[in-house]
Amino acid sequence: MAWDWDKLQQQKKSRPGGGSIEPPGMDEVIDKIRSAKGNLPGKAWIIIVLIALVFVAMGSFFTVGVDEVGVVQRFGKYNRTVPSGLNFKLPLGIENNKNVKVKYVFKEEFGLRTIQPGVRTRYASETAFLGESLMLTGDLNVALVPWIVQYRINNPYDYLFKVRDVRGTLRDLAEASMRLVVGDRSINEVISKREEIATKSRELLQKMLNEAETGIKVTTIEMKKTNVPEPVQPSFNEVNQSIQEKEKMIYQANEAYNKVIPAARGNAEKTISKAEGYALDRLNRAEGDATRFLALHEEYKKAKDVTLRRMYLESIQEIFPKLGKIYIVDSDQKNLLPLLNLALPEGGKK
Amino acid sequence: MKFKILLIPMAIIAIGLYSSLYVIDETEQVVITQFGKVIGAPITEPGLNLKVPIIQNVNRFRKNLLEWDGDPSEVPTLDKTYIYVDTFARWKIVDALKFFQTVSNEVGAMARLDDIIDAAVRNFIAENPLIETVRWTNRELDISELGVEKGEGQRVIGDITTGRQEILKGIQEQASPKLKDFGIELVDVQMKRLNYVEQVQRSVYGRMIAERKQIAQKFRSEGEGEARKIEGKREKALKKITSEAYRKAQEIKGEADAKATRIYANAYNVDPELYSFLKTLDVYKQTLDKDNSLVLSTDSDFFKYLKTFKGEVSPN
Repeated sequence: MAWDWDKLQQQKKSRPGGGSIEPPGMDEVIDKIRSAKGNLPGKAWIIIVLIALVFVAMGSFFTVGVDEVGVVQRFGKYNRTVPSGLNFKLPLGIENNKNVKVKYVFKEEFGLRTIQPGVRTRYASETAFLGESLMLTGDLNVALVPWIVQYRINNPYDYLFKVRDVRGTLRDLAEASMRLVVGDRSINEVISKREEIATKSRELLQKMLNEAETGIKVTTIEMKKTNVPEPVQPSFNEVNQSIQEKEKMIYQANEAYNKVIPAARGNAEKTISKAEGYALDRLNRAEGDATRFLALHEEYKKAKDVTLRRMYLESIQEIFPKLGKIYIVDSDQKNLLPLLNLALPEGGKK
Repeated sequence: MKFKILLIPMAIIAIGLYSSLYVIDETEQVVITQFGKVIGAPITEPGLNLKVPIIQNVNRFRKNLLEWDGDPSEVPTLDKTYIYVDTFARWKIVDALKFFQTVSNEVGAMARLDDIIDAAVRNFIAENPLIETVRWTNRELDISELGVEKGEGQRVIGDITTGRQEILKGIQEQASPKLKDFGIELVDVQMKRLNYVEQVQRSVYGRMIAERKQIAQKFRSEGEGEARKIEGKREKALKKITSEAYRKAQEIKGEADAKATRIYANAYNVDPELYSFLKTLDVYKQTLDKDNSLVLSTDSDFFKYLKTFKGEVSPN
């Protein structure tokens, strides 16, 4: 600290000239003191010197926040970078410090503005920032692309000294790089491949920022909802709707199909089973009839005549009682038929 | 009282020192003038410097990267599409002396930058079709639509031969030599925004809408077509199922009939006469009932005893 004291003494001596480095009030104060000096007792001088010393001492240290580094310039020239905490510098404008937030993540918004951050962050209306988000796509359509760039300062020296308006440069370059990426993609890609666009534009932007020596590192580019301009949106929705409609129509047709076909299959099986039943019936009957006939024939052979007679008469016996009216006409009668009332209600169908 | 005597010369020295010392910041460069006349080369190294007090003047200029933002201007492209182009550029004062002598300060420089860059931008935009300004590589665009065949009803977007980056480079190359005379280095020119002018935008929107509608219509009629196809499939399947069932049923029945016929034939062939006798009796049994009247002649077999009895009895 010894040299500090020396410097302080020097500074004190050159006070009248160097006064303007101090707050402007100092000159007047010192002048007043000087003019009144003769009237002051010796002790007062010591107090004045002490006050001046305290004042100088206060200008010789500074604090650097936890998320910051301090960049110290001596006579305007970069001298050193100091970490966070309490740091010392040469007072009276010999050394100046600028604190740079190197850990803080800054955010720039394009095509939107956060009104109120929170769990449900609210954004200002998109239309207000159309200029930022409207861009031409590679297939010469127009897309609405809002996005957010988050960045850190990773080189305080470059950040402070290499570019005059770092934030403005970042905004301009971000817009330029995003338009380059979107300009090489179709509207479909812009809407559906946001992740890819974010990655690509981050690469491009970082390259541009490095070339410009801005000392900025882009941490993320976050794409907000990309869309087509408002007047076109209904027609885009219409396409989605029509896809739904298409599927609906197909489903409905399938539904009708499913309603009819399995039933028809069942019906078909029923028809076939019925036919099989018929076949069984037919065959069994045939077999039965045949067996019966053959059995009968076997016996019939043994007594043909009597069997025939028996069967004939048995049949007559069975049939006649069931019949309505029986007319017996003598074979000699010739003209009987016309007189018969054959249209009797209880008879005469045949 | 020695102190009092020393005070005045010390004050004079201090004032002299103060007005002869000046600080150059990291971001600055300085041109020293003496009564308006430039003295020595520009000083670009930051730090504490000396000059002759009072008669020499310090003229400070920026050393770091500076920005230029053009006004958005309406420019027609080669294919006569009117677009708004918003360019920005970054520049540096590389020759502070020339800069000081020709444009004297940044305001003057901005005016030159406006003139020179704007002109170059106009030239290049107007000499190229729009697509060259929009795109910068020939990366293949994914313009396929879900369910739409490639190239079907879509505009053909030609490949580019120049591209945005080349155009920007061209602009820079055209503007740079002119700016060099002002001690300015044009670091780069970038296109911030590029949009259709309002009228063009409206018609572009119209086209986008029409394009979408066409696709929507396609989906709808595809759906319609699919549905009809399925309906047709349904009809066909239905007919197929019923007719196949019918055929199979008939086959089964036919086969059974054939078999039955064979069985009957085999059996009845043993004695066809007996069969027809039996069957006839059966038919009688089944067909004759109380609704039927029977007129029988006494000649009939059944009554042969009725007559012959009389005949046989009377002689006896």
